[in-house]
Amino acid sequence: MTESVTSAPPADTRAGKPFLEVKDLQVHFPTDDGLVKAVNGLNFTLERGKTLGIVGESGSGKSVSSLAIMGLHKGSKAKVSGEIWLDGAELVSMSVPEMRALRGQQVAMIFQDPLSAMHPFYRVGDQLTEAFLVHNNAPKAVAKKRAVELLDRVGIPSPDKRFFDYPHQFSGGMRQRAMIAMALMCDPALLIADEPTTALDVTVQAQILDLMKDLQKEFNSAIILITHDLGVVAKMTENVVVMYGGRVVESGNVRDIFYRPEMPYTWGLLGSIPRVNRSGDGRLKSIRGTPPSLINLPKGCPFQPRCDYQEHVEGANCATELPELLQIGQEQHRVRCHINSEQRKQLFTEQIKPSL
Amino acid sequence: MSTTTSAEQATGKQAAGGELLLETRGLQRYFPVTQGIIFQKQTGAVKAVDGVDLSIRAGETLGVVGESGCGKTTTGRLVTRLDEPTGGTISFMGSDITHLNRARMRPFRREIQMIFQDPFSSLNPRQTVGTIIGAPFDIQKVKSETGTKKAVQTLMERVGLNPEHYNRYPHEFSGGQRQRIGVARALALRPKLIVCDEPVSALDVSIQAQIVNLLEDLQEEFDLAYLFIAHDLSVIRHISDRVAVMYLGKVVETADRDELYNHARHPYTHALLSAVPEADPDAEERRERIRLTGDVPSPLNPPSGCRFRTRCWKAQEICAAEEPPLMQIGAPGHQAACHFPEERDVV
Repeated sequence: MTESVTSAPPADTRAGKPFLEVKDLQVHFPTDDGLVKAVNGLNFTLERGKTLGIVGESGSGKSVSSLAIMGLHKGSKAKVSGEIWLDGAELVSMSVPEMRALRGQQVAMIFQDPLSAMHPFYRVGDQLTEAFLVHNNAPKAVAKKRAVELLDRVGIPSPDKRFFDYPHQFSGGMRQRAMIAMALMCDPALLIADEPTTALDVTVQAQILDLMKDLQKEFNSAIILITHDLGVVAKMTENVVVMYGGRVVESGNVRDIFYRPEMPYTWGLLGSIPRVNRSGDGRLKSIRGTPPSLINLPKGCPFQPRCDYQEHVEGANCATELPELLQIGQEQHRVRCHINSEQRKQLFTEQIKPSL
Repeated sequence: MSTTTSAEQATGKQAAGGELLLETRGLQRYFPVTQGIIFQKQTGAVKAVDGVDLSIRAGETLGVVGESGCGKTTTGRLVTRLDEPTGGTISFMGSDITHLNRARMRPFRREIQMIFQDPFSSLNPRQTVGTIIGAPFDIQKVKSETGTKKAVQTLMERVGLNPEHYNRYPHEFSGGQRQRIGVARALALRPKLIVCDEPVSALDVSIQAQIVNLLEDLQEEFDLAYLFIAHDLSVIRHISDRVAVMYLGKVVETADRDELYNHARHPYTHALLSAVPEADPDAEERRERIRLTGDVPSPLNPPSGCRFRTRCWKAQEICAAEEPPLMQIGAPGHQAACHFPEERDVV
């Protein structure tokens, strides 16, 4: 850990600007069936040392936006527009070679399924050192030393021997650890974790999450944590973005989202999870219906077809008018809903909170 | 294998205390590991299920929880006789069904049905929904009074599918809807017991809640018993009457739901419960956490004595030498297999 190669952040030049800023990001895929609007105007900011959680169901656009930050849509048919500012550099307009220089060095990603994310033919050690050798003009021995160090740091027993193993010789938890080690090889300033623990058992999940927290403290990296598990979000993040149908429907401080949510979809999410610390004998508050098709997104509010609170809206039409993502209060708490804020607060305290 | 106490039977859950439906005693499934191609010789055995005692009463839900590789799915497959036990007994409503052949097993298959984890691979893509849900009627040669088609459509309506979609194929449905097809198929012959093997783990949270609610409604309406296998402790807490925690092919602790979650005695149960992140940021900060190290040992060569000892912070010499039996402890029906059981507040 001594020879850390973090590029000294040139933050002075753009003081006051956040480390990562995503502005009006849109990702659309032209397909035979029509244009798939996976992400429609995503905005968020993230500072170093902080963790942002992106929550949503499958098809809400959370993974697609993270791939856009990694620049992995470049060269595909996907149409990406908007701006992504990372430490003074704009990523959307960046060319592939430039992006390649950044990827692995500044931005790294932990994928959901470690078995398919690692190459089965190459030794774990070779896969770990690859990015390091590309980005640093260093001899192989240095790369190996660093890889062994990191494997040890993420808790793999006898790392100097395991360095020569193939991925199939690792267990699921160990593979995920190796993935994290791989992502950390170049001390990235931004780490994107796409459902890093979904495939793992709870005890291993707890180990991996603790590990990510410890490493974040050590390297002061920013983490984007994409998950559908609200427990993981509560444990890991400071700020949360709730996505639905390719749009942000609510964002804010983790406590705002869990204790003072104002968007009916967030209410639905919180109500639909069973809790481990109490026995709810009543029914779960499920959200009726299914997520919208991204080809035929509802004209108005994306959540309108499934929303049970439309009668509280005054002077707007949920089916035809898209509500703005408006800030409420002083904190960075933003909500996209036509119901006025006072009424939403009242609805939450009277109807939703007692049943959570 | 493990000592069988009659305590479980005598003090079984009273609230949902119907007749005893299913009982397993010392249930075992060893998968042989062989070497050689022509002259195969057995070099070992994966002890997937190694002496499991379970009992389920009519109308109740028994939750089985554990990490991957602990044998919970194999247990479910043994109970439905999709797999052949290598030891122990299974009795269903008083009759021994452990080694019944296909023909003699058939009448029991009406009573025991299964819902599978993966709603994509558990439905035949070449068959229409009507054929899939109607298959149990054909196989069991059950004539419905109203005709099979009508019966299937009633079922579809009951589980929340549009009966007009009778002639559609599985690929035309979403994951949640497919799981409803699986539920309708399991429900077709009005079974007494449904084995649910991770029925909601492949679904999104909002859809998961819909299916859990559906399963609960159906249980009430048809007096079903569920053997509910899952790795998600919150779902298990929500749906179960009683819970059994498995580790490496054995039940390490079993109790009524609230007793288990509030007064767990086995260190593995403590570790499991403390590892579940709670959807509550303030509570998350306050919670005590037990960090387990390492992975589950290989079931090919499980540790001597207590199987959890290699990861247990309380392990002493006796744990390696002697296997702790499942003993009655605390409230009636609460059993734990540990040499040093103690209560601890973890959730």
